[in-house]
Amino acid sequence: MNDAPLLDIRALSITARSASGPIRLIDDVSLTLARGQVLGLIGESGAGKSTIGFAALGYLRPGLQVTGGEVRIDGRDILALSAQDRSRLRGARLAYVAQSATAAFNPAHRLGDQVVEAALAFNRLDRSKAKKRARDLFAMLELPSPNTFGERFPHQVSGGQLQRAMIAMAMCTDPELIVFDEPTTALDVTTQDEVLKAIRNVIAASGAGALYISHDLAVVARVADEILVLRHGRAVEHGATRAVIDTPREAYTKALLDVARRGGSRSPEAGSTPSLLSIEGITAAYRHGGTILHDVSLSLPEARTLAVVGESGSGKSTLGRVVNGLLPPQAGTVSFQGRTLAASLDKRSRNDRREIQTIHQSPDAALNPRQTVGSILVRPLGFYFGMTGKRKQARINELLTQVELDPALAKRYPAELSGGQKQRVCIARALAAEPRLIICDEPTSALDPLVADGILRLLRELQESRGLSYLFITHDIATVRAFAHEVAVMHLGRVVRQGTVAKALSPPFDDYTGRLLAAVPTLDNVS
Amino acid sequence: MRRLRSPATVLAYIFLGLVFIASVGAPWIAPHGVSEIVGRGWEPPSANALFGTDTVGRDLFSRLIWGAPVTMAIALSATLLAFLLGGATGMLAGLSRGRFGMLLDRMNDVLISLPTLISALVLLSVLPRNTFILVAVIGLLESTRVFRVSRALAAELGAMEFVEVARLRGENLFWIIRAEVLPNALTPLLAEFGLRFTLAVIFLSTLSFLGLGIQPPAVDWGSLVRENKDGIVFSVGAALIPGAAIALLAISVNLVVDRLLERSAATRSGR
Repeated sequence: MNDAPLLDIRALSITARSASGPIRLIDDVSLTLARGQVLGLIGESGAGKSTIGFAALGYLRPGLQVTGGEVRIDGRDILALSAQDRSRLRGARLAYVAQSATAAFNPAHRLGDQVVEAALAFNRLDRSKAKKRARDLFAMLELPSPNTFGERFPHQVSGGQLQRAMIAMAMCTDPELIVFDEPTTALDVTTQDEVLKAIRNVIAASGAGALYISHDLAVVARVADEILVLRHGRAVEHGATRAVIDTPREAYTKALLDVARRGGSRSPEAGSTPSLLSIEGITAAYRHGGTILHDVSLSLPEARTLAVVGESGSGKSTLGRVVNGLLPPQAGTVSFQGRTLAASLDKRSRNDRREIQTIHQSPDAALNPRQTVGSILVRPLGFYFGMTGKRKQARINELLTQVELDPALAKRYPAELSGGQKQRVCIARALAAEPRLIICDEPTSALDPLVADGILRLLRELQESRGLSYLFITHDIATVRAFAHEVAVMHLGRVVRQGTVAKALSPPFDDYTGRLLAAVPTLDNVS
Repeated sequence: MRRLRSPATVLAYIFLGLVFIASVGAPWIAPHGVSEIVGRGWEPPSANALFGTDTVGRDLFSRLIWGAPVTMAIALSATLLAFLLGGATGMLAGLSRGRFGMLLDRMNDVLISLPTLISALVLLSVLPRNTFILVAVIGLLESTRVFRVSRALAAELGAMEFVEVARLRGENLFWIIRAEVLPNALTPLLAEFGLRFTLAVIFLSTLSFLGLGIQPPAVDWGSLVRENKDGIVFSVGAALIPGAAIALLAISVNLVVDRLLERSAATRSGR
């Protein structure tokens, strides 16, 4: 055996061809990875994390080009190999785990057959041995009834189980290098916790080296031995996990850490203002499904933020839809400013609709791609206030300035804006209606941490300057602590705990809240 | 990234251009009148009759040109009708949940389950023979297909959050269709329009071939095939020329539609 490190990337530069000349995606990045080690690659979207992850597997997305440096696996330059050798190397010794497991599995085939496919093709294992190995992996990954798990189809297992099945698929060839590309980003916290544990266990058991790509520092800190911070394709900081977290050298790393730490809760004053929104005994169901909400009661004081927190499927978004009228409940009432609101949207007055606005999770889907920012904002002004001409134009400028955007952006289409800018346009659209209450349905979970932080700051300033109330739906406890005054924890359609943030999120806990809080990765519970 | 058009697509554009010129300028371009006898029956091609003569000695080339505006106009108005009817009801069905949408769906299911050609034959043999009835029948039968496409598009876009925002604001269905849904559905609908147009041309030609479409002395490409079909027995290829024209038109429109789809796919992924 030679002593070359498992993966050795030297001075790698990658550029993308574009209409306006080549763009440098990766600029002079070097890293090494030994067997049994996990290196975390961290950075915001566009930092080049995935590009490096793919390069480690000898793959470049179409349109990309290596302009310098090399990628060595056991001392062999993988970029210089013939396509055939490279594919053999990849199949037998390298593996990749992607963000979305649903996209990685063919819905028409059983999980077991898909998990062993690569092992049959590249390791020349016979089918029964490969199946045995898959069963062992299922057991190691703590999947339910590992002996029969492979018989199921992808739609018959949960998201977290499917993610673990994808890890099993990657591990089945017994690879020496595994690239994890945001494998838990699409999962909620409790599921993420299980998957992270599983990842750590299998890496430790197999002795493989791994690159772990994520934008979430707290997640990376839980699995990685070393961390490499990337920004705009350059390495910003590299060091042992503990060292990077405790004594960061670079300002950018510090900023990322601050966002991840954001602990201190808001002023605990509450109950002093009258209730703006109160929800009494709501029970709701969709037409073709079971009951989603069971007897939910909540109240939100004026100019305050009530966070509704829970994992996916807990009914928190459904609650938002009951409040804004999209889903008339089967029982219970929603009162707003002391009046009972009509259950269904059609029966609510224009004024009621105006005063309750909604901001969605994905600004991409919430903005019509064929309308300019200006025409998106103009409609509520004309619709609710009958504004015309110059006054409308002045108001649009004012709104864009309020959300800290350049008024010149009014002429742009959503596709020409960044994720954070788009979400600000959504906020401006809500503000255009001059609401009292804004329902925020996970408004920051599709954004990078620093951008998300900016959006939360903006929402807080708007609350202070205009006395807005927020019903803030989220699965992120750190956001709740930093942003909300009151919190309601939901589990399986019931409110299991509520109160001020300070009280509700400190011990003693009920079972579920305790579990939810323990599952949240923080920089303090790094092992 | 701009891709070069393939030679086939360029030829398709040229052929469609020629058909368009023939449709607009038939009276000036056609060397002979539509019913003018220029020789004996089924003469081979010559300087006088470029594609030869038909069963009674009329110039096939001229008749092909005279038939172009008829074929194009009827196919175009039938397709337009199909889109107005099927497009509008499809959008309504896709966006309105509940009984009304369900009713439209079931009505369309009933219509779509009838074989098109047989329904057309029944309707046309009962109803008076004129161009309006012909357009109406083709348009109605094609509209069931447009309904499905338009309904699927509306249902997909209706689930987008920007439509939800409009609903929450209190916009009516008409405004939602016009301002939020239609602009986003336009490219796929245009592509579908090209496809439907091709099928309308073929449908009209089929009906004319069967004698239920265009009635003499008016002429379209389908009726030209019918008039000359007996020549095949005597190895006279006169029927093949209008047949080839129909095929070329269908292929050309398809190629141009593919090109449009490719472009819309490119702009979509660029989002």
